[in-house]
Amino acid sequence: MGAYVVRRLLFLPVTLVIVSFVTFAIARFGPGDPLSVAAGQLRDPEVLERARAEKGLDGSVFEQYGKWVRRAFNGDFGESYSIQRGRTVRELIMPRMWVSAQLNLIAIVLVFGIGIPLGLLAAWFQGRWLDPLITTTLLGLSAVPVLVVIPPVLWLFAIKLSLLPVGGWDGVLEIYWIADVIAIPIPDPHLYIPIAAMTIPGFAGVARLVRVTALQVQLEDYVRTARAKGLPERQVAFRHVLPNSMLPVVTAIGLSLAGVLEGAFFTETLLGIPGIGSLTFAAVVSRDYDVILAVTLILAAFFIVMNLVTDLTYARVDPRVRVGAAARV
Amino acid sequence: MTAIAGELAAVSGAALRSRGQYALFWSRLRRKRLAMISLAFIGLFYGVALFAPVIAPYSYTEQNLDRGLEGPSADYLLGTDRLGRDLMSRAMYSARTTLIVTVAVLVSGGLVIGNTLGLLSGYRGGWVDGAIMRAGEVFSSLPGLPMLILINATFSPRVREFTGWLDDHTFLSGLTTSGFASYLTVFGALSLFFWVGTARLIRVQVLQLREREFVLAAQALGGGTAHIIRRHLLPNVAFLIILQLSGTLGVVAGTEIALTWFGVGIQPPTPSFGGMLFEGSGARTFAAHPHLLLVPGLITSGLLFAFALLGDAVNDVIRGR
Repeated sequence: MGAYVVRRLLFLPVTLVIVSFVTFAIARFGPGDPLSVAAGQLRDPEVLERARAEKGLDGSVFEQYGKWVRRAFNGDFGESYSIQRGRTVRELIMPRMWVSAQLNLIAIVLVFGIGIPLGLLAAWFQGRWLDPLITTTLLGLSAVPVLVVIPPVLWLFAIKLSLLPVGGWDGVLEIYWIADVIAIPIPDPHLYIPIAAMTIPGFAGVARLVRVTALQVQLEDYVRTARAKGLPERQVAFRHVLPNSMLPVVTAIGLSLAGVLEGAFFTETLLGIPGIGSLTFAAVVSRDYDVILAVTLILAAFFIVMNLVTDLTYARVDPRVRVGAAARV
Repeated sequence: MTAIAGELAAVSGAALRSRGQYALFWSRLRRKRLAMISLAFIGLFYGVALFAPVIAPYSYTEQNLDRGLEGPSADYLLGTDRLGRDLMSRAMYSARTTLIVTVAVLVSGGLVIGNTLGLLSGYRGGWVDGAIMRAGEVFSSLPGLPMLILINATFSPRVREFTGWLDDHTFLSGLTTSGFASYLTVFGALSLFFWVGTARLIRVQVLQLREREFVLAAQALGGGTAHIIRRHLLPNVAFLIILQLSGTLGVVAGTEIALTWFGVGIQPPTPSFGGMLFEGSGARTFAAHPHLLLVPGLITSGLLFAFALLGDAVNDVIRGR
């Protein structure tokens, strides 16, 4: 286990450097560097040259990358050139990152919290008349895009029934007062539609995965042995089937996280939630490359670390992985 | 050739007899009613896409500003958009965009790159394997959508410059106006990410195959790498390729729609379901003109659902469930 962890950790900075350099190079491949975009038509070549040197935008792409990394390590990702001119990218990103993080965290907890029991329930229904209906419904829920579903849902609940706000963000919790004396914290109503949109495709996918694995584990020899030695069915289910059905779920964490995050891009934009997704949308519309670059890099770094954590967790719970990896490399 | 049948049995978990593997696969798939309905829907979709210029009642750019935002009528069966363009015709041409992008990405990323790298990686092993798999790890550890957004946002102006140059300086013309540039960017960027899954799947299978007697025999007889891969390994992973393709079709179609919705995919005036959905989104727009969202929304939902159902059924058949 130790050697495996060390090897994976050693590979981490390499991946980070490769990914950040490629991303940086791609962003610089855009037409014109950020300064000439900002300068527009009225540019003085000399001033532009001086400003380039000041911002670290002169020299080869490798030199630029080196300067950029040094600044990025200090939390300086440059300035926004078109969304909110003059403000630093860091100022733009930080508060939005916090909003997105809360939203994604709630969604990911719900994806697994609902998906796992639902999958086990679906496995239990296997072979009965409800089975095709359940599996098809789950497939449909994970296939239909949120882009299509959100506007009608929003129209129904926010405009037609006036039950929920049309969009926006007002924190996670709202205090509900009973007779101005007893305070009960409830989830803010702004959350309901985005959380549903970000959660439903995810938990449907997790449920399908859990269902298939649970059904496979049912057929394993050790389950038959457990039954043969007369264990009660409840103990077979909770001690033998359940833990082994959870193994592939661990590997699905990374994938679900990606799914939730990608869903958040559209959900935030459609519902006007001030998060990373809607910021990226605004940055794409106004071609604010430094903002897109910073967002992509932060998300990439986050993903690489999360994937590493997932792999290490998996190696911890399933010894076959690290032995196999050692044999391969 | 018996070795191939035996290998397939291992892949599908069921004995395949002399009747022919594809015939058997088809006869099993045909028994799944939902899969057949999905296949019919997908067939219809692609048929309409292919013949869009012939069957579409209007051109996708033809505007009738006096009749904008109308609901369904005898003149415009599915209504019109803000500029008075026929929604049905635009949907048909959007299907064409989906057709071009899915086929191009599957052929390049799924079939050619994915399989070649998977076969090479599994068969050659050593540093070739290491390099390909590490590259795959880098790609699969990246957040796909933000990366695709970045790539498309920065590359599409450059690609448009390039096609503009081709238009002006070579015998080619009309590339820029045909929307070729955005197809090129979108399918290039998607292919970059979609080879990894195929390559990994194929590699694992090839790792087992290369230890088999018929491969050793071919090596002993002096068969080169290219020959062995083409004649002995490729036929044995054919079903895995079908499995992988059926699973990724919907993802590719959905990603193109999502990218275009986000403004970095297919650029107007070339129609795409992503652009149509974007024009119809917004709760107030939906309240006033629901057909703007419902027309592209129902078609895309149906298509993605059909792809998912078909992929699921193909998976069941091949894995012998």
